[in-house]
Amino acid sequence: MVKTLAKSIREYTGKTVATPMVMIGEAAMEIFIPYVMSLLLTVIDPSDASEHSAWLQVLVERITSTQIGQVALYGFIMFLMACLSLLFGVLGGKLASEASAGFVANLRNDMYANIQNFSFANIDKFSTSSLITRLTTDASNVQMCFQMMIRMLIRSPMLFLFASIMSFSIAPDIAWIFILAAAVMALGVVFIISRATPNFKRMFERYDGLNRVAQEDLVGIRVVKSYVREDHEIEKYRDATRQVYHYSIKAEKWLTAMTPVVQGIIYIVMILVLGFGGSRIINNTGLTVPELTALLSYSTQILSGIMMVAMVLNFFAMSKNSADRIAEILEEKSTLTNGENPVTEMKDGSIDFNNVSFSYKKDGEVILDNIDLHIASGETIGVIGATGSAKSTLVSLIPRLYDVAEGSVKVGGVDVRDYDLKYLRDNVSMVLQKNVLFSGSIKENLKWGNEFATDEEIESAAVAAQAKEFIDSNGRGYDYDLGQGGVNVSGGQKQRLCIARALLKHPKILIFDDSTSAVDTRTDALIRQSLKEQSPEVTKIIIAQRIASVQDADKILVLDNGKVSAFGSHEELLRTSEIYREVAESQMKGGDDNG
Amino acid sequence: MANMHGPGGRGPVSMKGAFVFPEGMSEELKEAVSSGRKLTPAEKKALKPYKKHIKKVRSGGAKNPMETFKRLMGLLFKKHKVKFFLVCVLILFSSLASIAGSAFLGFITKECLDQQLAVQGGAAPQFGGLIGLLIALAAVYLIGVGSTFAYNRIMMYAAQGTLKDLRDEMFAHMQTLPLKFFDAHTHGELMSRYTNDTDTLRQLLSQTIPQIISSVITIVGVFAAMLFYSLTLTLLALLFVVVILFLTKTIGGKSATFFLRQQTALGKVNGYIEEMMEGQKVVKVFNHEEKAKEQFFALNEELRENMTKANILTNIVGPLMNNIGYIQYIVIAIVGAALAIYSGGSLLSLFGLLNPPAADSSWLAVYLGVLAAFLPLVRSFNMPIQQVAQQFNAVIMALAGAERIFEILDCKEEDEGGPVRLVKGELDEGGFYKENEKGSLWAWKVPHEGGGRHYVELKGDIRFENVVFGYDEDRVILNDISLYAKPGQKIAFVGSTGAGKTTITNLINRFYDIRSGSITYDGLDIQSINKADLRRSLGVVLQDTHLFTGTVMDNIRYGRLDATDEECIAAAKLANADFFISHLPEGYQTKLTGDGANLSQGQRQLLSIARAMVSKCPVLILDEATSSIDTRTEKLIEKGMDKLMEGRTVFVIAHRLSTVRNSNAIMVLEHGVIIERGSHEQLIAQKGKYYQLYTGAFELD
Repeated sequence: MVKTLAKSIREYTGKTVATPMVMIGEAAMEIFIPYVMSLLLTVIDPSDASEHSAWLQVLVERITSTQIGQVALYGFIMFLMACLSLLFGVLGGKLASEASAGFVANLRNDMYANIQNFSFANIDKFSTSSLITRLTTDASNVQMCFQMMIRMLIRSPMLFLFASIMSFSIAPDIAWIFILAAAVMALGVVFIISRATPNFKRMFERYDGLNRVAQEDLVGIRVVKSYVREDHEIEKYRDATRQVYHYSIKAEKWLTAMTPVVQGIIYIVMILVLGFGGSRIINNTGLTVPELTALLSYSTQILSGIMMVAMVLNFFAMSKNSADRIAEILEEKSTLTNGENPVTEMKDGSIDFNNVSFSYKKDGEVILDNIDLHIASGETIGVIGATGSAKSTLVSLIPRLYDVAEGSVKVGGVDVRDYDLKYLRDNVSMVLQKNVLFSGSIKENLKWGNEFATDEEIESAAVAAQAKEFIDSNGRGYDYDLGQGGVNVSGGQKQRLCIARALLKHPKILIFDDSTSAVDTRTDALIRQSLKEQSPEVTKIIIAQRIASVQDADKILVLDNGKVSAFGSHEELLRTSEIYREVAESQMKGGDDNG
Repeated sequence: MANMHGPGGRGPVSMKGAFVFPEGMSEELKEAVSSGRKLTPAEKKALKPYKKHIKKVRSGGAKNPMETFKRLMGLLFKKHKVKFFLVCVLILFSSLASIAGSAFLGFITKECLDQQLAVQGGAAPQFGGLIGLLIALAAVYLIGVGSTFAYNRIMMYAAQGTLKDLRDEMFAHMQTLPLKFFDAHTHGELMSRYTNDTDTLRQLLSQTIPQIISSVITIVGVFAAMLFYSLTLTLLALLFVVVILFLTKTIGGKSATFFLRQQTALGKVNGYIEEMMEGQKVVKVFNHEEKAKEQFFALNEELRENMTKANILTNIVGPLMNNIGYIQYIVIAIVGAALAIYSGGSLLSLFGLLNPPAADSSWLAVYLGVLAAFLPLVRSFNMPIQQVAQQFNAVIMALAGAERIFEILDCKEEDEGGPVRLVKGELDEGGFYKENEKGSLWAWKVPHEGGGRHYVELKGDIRFENVVFGYDEDRVILNDISLYAKPGQKIAFVGSTGAGKTTITNLINRFYDIRSGSITYDGLDIQSINKADLRRSLGVVLQDTHLFTGTVMDNIRYGRLDATDEECIAAAKLANADFFISHLPEGYQTKLTGDGANLSQGQRQLLSIARAMVSKCPVLILDEATSSIDTRTEKLIEKGMDKLMEGRTVFVIAHRLSTVRNSNAIMVLEHGVIIERGSHEQLIAQKGKYYQLYTGAFELD
């Protein structure tokens, strides 16, 4: 997982490596300042009669022999160090921000780019909402964690190391306390975190449950109020908050122990240091008061270093799920790939299903069962069938949105798996059942069909899709803004724009998957009429609920439960297919629907 | 500047400096406002329509922070008074212990130095004083650690308890609010009060408040200890506090601006992701992948830039404060040392409260003790000040969140409706109606003003007389609607989107109240009927189906909570849902999640029809109930539907005219007015709008 994610660091590698380096610099300053401070205090220490051997002391004493001069010099050195520390700190903060924001930007780009390679099967595997979460929340979590790691994960151990070295050089017989305390603290913190984390996980799960109840209540508030189920909902919510409370307490109980434990260890260390150090001072065996204060500073640094590492590791563990989810996206391989030497020429729009079987999951429920179907180029084929009869699945095999499990689908006599995917889809234009328009103008949306379409071409597609009239009447014509997901137009208008968009591709095969359900029968007929006139050579497949939409097709396919139930003209089917007759009668009774 | 949406439009906003501007303002005007200079009269005039809509970022907090804070504390106090008091006392102990620790350092070093000098003088080393001091220190620390543990624990219970109560109260209250409230707020907006706003509150209650209390106590305590040692050095330390506060304020303001910019960019990226992921299959079908990548990369780059900037500021606050602390530390050390060297013993305790040096110790030793003790104090003094300063933003955010929560709590709840109640009962031998829980006859119980009551049989007779309605004051949705539905009749509404079909049904169950005219139910004005009972008597299948997390069985039973499994299954069979349910992995016990995402729209509609069938209501409202069911399946469930409608008054709204054909009366609505009414045959014969619709000359959207 780490390896997969790390690939996205790329141009930020320099900054990623530089950040901990700079942070080491800052840590060093943080160690040296107390040291110099202790030297400064030594200057005014009356009990200090020993020969000074530290190189800095020797140097300072050589420069000036007056007490005040030495104090000033030490002060100046410390001031320089503080400035350096400030510089390192700010630089570290800046580098860390740039590296982490940059890394995560790359990560999002990489995820997004890979999602673009996804096949429909891949998209089905991760639901839309889970893709969104991975690109947003999970990415932010990883960013926070990454930043914390490059800032702290090297710095804190270094702080620990430097402080230990300094402590040992001052008083090895006292410094061992620190090491022991650090070990105890590390154990304690890890223990607490290991106890708290699973409970936090449970707590977050309960949180999801809580939010789900609220969300469902909000979305379905009309149902709730209609059935007077307010009390029922309140009880559900209470139950959820009770659980959240329970697990929050369970998790936080452990965390509330954290501060006292850490505090306790620090206090014990301080008492021990004061005890041992104090008795050494009293015994006059070499330790000075300034050295004692320095030791106390180091003890806090050592222990806070340990704390920090534990925190970062904890943070890392918490973000691990996010990182795993992101890695899952990055590692996901498209289930559809171009074969070697892909074909980029399509002879015509004929379609052949040769004994095709299909299921969405391996060894899953069989959706299409041994379909054998042959459609000549230029034919218009209607498809009828109940909800769940696999109409959409059948046609989605033609532009190779999914691969067949058995048999083969051929377009223009060539297996779809042998075509270049992009070329195939450019020539097989499909208007999806769940169709979407995007923010932007009508023109921008229509140009999805053909980036280089001229205004005339766009207009002629709009005319054919019977969209011209309402486009002209909206006041801004083709520049009219559709809003997010096309909210600014009605369902029927949306469908017609989607049809126009598909027409602009000038495909060899055109597939309408229930694409005119919100369009009235007259307009529906006009669309079919203009298609017939303008593109007679295009193979057209029309899935519809309305018999009227398919009855004048060359042939109509009746699907039932993933099998071909009947295939023939309207008149033939009325005679031979019971299902077709039933559907037709349910719609024809009492009047002529065909406008 | 051309402006399509008007100043209050919900279009995109733009940001400059610390302001958020509504759409449509000219760049010059934005510049002028954000510069903070005095505006010219012309500019003032131009600004007028926008003024209300400009938001200042810094005041993105609560409108009335003090009031909100008081109320929040009131909530905390209400149930957890003793706990909160205990917490305050324990925090006091805990903080004093840590201050005492720093203060003790002075005594201990002084004791050590005194003894050391004595030893250097040839005396035998004495450890008694040191040991005594250490034991005292250990005792103080023990109290400190104990207090810290106790207050963290107690506060956890108080905070979590308060949060739970607040959540429960908010949700329970929300259930009582009228539909208008839900119309006025988006789901996302309301959800964020349950998630983000309560989260910031949790932070405030369990961490920020104890932290602030502890910081304040520490600041006061340390300040006293510092004064105890040296007034001169204390004053010097205060000088730096001013610097720190100033820096916090400056950086805080800047970072808020950058943070907002980051949020705007984040919003854009998230919006783009949502829209494009929703349409990912379309992207694939149109080979639009490269374009989509290009656009995303650009937005992502913008986010990266803003994020980096916002983050840098946050990141440098720590080192900046820390190192200013160092410089302060250094300055104090130097000044202290200089004072010590030049002034002799007289100045070191100058105004300081430490006892003058004993005769047998040198003044420098005393001074060293003071300095050794004073320097850690300086650090303990800065820390809480920084912490309080950094908590400031958290407090502001939490209070803003609390205010939004209180806003829900303060919304006026939906009234209960009138005094007329729905009761069950049966006829006794004399033919009189008697209330009886187990009875099978529903009736309206009408109380009389002077006491007493009479019963009206529940039949399902609904009449509209000259009803006028609009969702807001200046727009009329329904104009002068009169209609009647006799018990057992099927009334259909036909018309394009926005004609007011759904609105009519929303008036029957009093989701909204009419402006004038009257609606009666079995001869009773619906305003006189208890709202819950009114709704109980109406079964509704809505246009958008909503399923809840739970089993299929639970979802059907939602219609009537005491329905048996057999009743639910029978209803599912009637709705023709039994077939697909039995094909689900666990049949009726299959768990539905995410609003029934694993079912098709048609299947969900079948389930909501089953739900209505279970409810056994005398009046049924079917709002596009079968729109996603294919005609053949619709045909199959027709028998069930007929059974469902049998003996019931039914209002049907349908887009598909085959669904309404057999209604007793069909109303054609246009712009809130009934333009045609009659049976299918009558309307066809009229050759009016219905005829045109029926023959497909017009489309319904």
